[in-house]
Amino acid sequence: MSKIHVTTTVNGDEVEYLCDPRETLLDCLRDRVGLTGAKEGCGTGDCGACSVTLDGRLVCSCLVLGAEAEGKEVTTIEGMATGDTLHPLQRKFIEHAALQCGICTPGILVAAKALLEKNPDPTETEMRYWLAGNLCRCTGYDKIIRAVMDAAQEMREAS
Amino acid sequence: MRYHTPSSFEDATAIAARATGTTRYLAGGTDVLVQLRSDVVTPDDLIDVKHIPGVKDITQTEDGGWRIGVAVAGAEMTEHGGLGRDWPGIVEGMDLIGSTQVQGRATLTGNLCNGSPAADGVPALIAANATVTVSGPDGVRDVAVEAIPAGPGKTILARGEMVTAVNVPARGQNGGDAYLRFIPRTEMDIAVVGCAVNLTVEGDQITSARVVLGAVAPTIRAVEDAARAIIGTTLDDAALDALDAAASAACAPIDDKRGTIEFRTEVAGVLAKRAAKIAYARARGEAK
Repeated sequence: MSKIHVTTTVNGDEVEYLCDPRETLLDCLRDRVGLTGAKEGCGTGDCGACSVTLDGRLVCSCLVLGAEAEGKEVTTIEGMATGDTLHPLQRKFIEHAALQCGICTPGILVAAKALLEKNPDPTETEMRYWLAGNLCRCTGYDKIIRAVMDAAQEMREAS
Repeated sequence: MRYHTPSSFEDATAIAARATGTTRYLAGGTDVLVQLRSDVVTPDDLIDVKHIPGVKDITQTEDGGWRIGVAVAGAEMTEHGGLGRDWPGIVEGMDLIGSTQVQGRATLTGNLCNGSPAADGVPALIAANATVTVSGPDGVRDVAVEAIPAGPGKTILARGEMVTAVNVPARGQNGGDAYLRFIPRTEMDIAVVGCAVNLTVEGDQITSARVVLGAVAPTIRAVEDAARAIIGTTLDDAALDALDAAASAACAPIDDKRGTIEFRTEVAGVLAKRAAKIAYARARGEAK
């Protein structure tokens, strides 16, 4: 079967890959581009572990074909820190111990960042609904929510 | 699987009409790719419609109606503003589907063409008397949204045909709509019962109404008896009781762990009353 040649932008860098038409963006990111930050949890759009943004819009990369990324801008967890300086969300996740196994963490960070860019001052209810598509089976969510709310406050104060 | 990116509806339908195997159109992919990944449906030809000009647009027509492109995502409908001011029920129905991530991709047309009796995006469209434009080998026609579903997972669309736009009529004066669903949790679930009500008023009297139930029959259905129960009334207690009874009487639901027949039948009446009250308040300008 002939492969599709895709040129896309990932975290600001132009990348190219060849993919099978059935291959998902998640698989392309992990196996073709070598960015393994986005995780496969369910593979059916339920768990959010593979969350990335596609032209600024939060999506599950397991429900996007690699071929659909042609000409788009993708951002992943790998684009979150600036060099060795962690993003405030990443730092607060460590401070609040808002992770255990870590599989859900990249997706939650990408999703939380997408909300804070849209709404820097969300209520806890808005945050919980926004993150309803990111499942965590370890922490019980409270630490995650506290970390995100704390990061949001710090980011507001810094801006 | 062959992946196509046609740049016109004519090309898209021509590919589908020529195809001999399984064909799927791809817009948001939140159903198609799940089915692909779980080996439920493996298309031989996958036709991505997102390269066709205009499919991501929500436009107001000259008569005040709305045209929603087939690749407009739920989040784009919610963020639009004008569409939701005219038809809050349509927007809130779509907005109930899935997570933030799913809202970034899922489309109203996909929700309709997936053919689920529990589709949250569809009842308010039917209540609004919306139509879809269908293109195919035999030309272009407008079809009532109500006529599209043929049963669970099935539509009346023939090989080579595709929906090319959703057409919502002008809201007009003194009208309001609403959609409610019951799920056993607060988010991320499929309707056990859904109900949309669209009505117009003169003063405090209802002059026209449409009541549509989802997830209580093999297809989403408009319930004329339920509409008749409230037309000509001020939505007083007697009218609400009659609406409740008519909505429940129209149910022929499945019985499963998420809702028994008795439960779904009773909840249909409850949701009809609540949705009617919201639509009535919106029509009278008392609620957004």
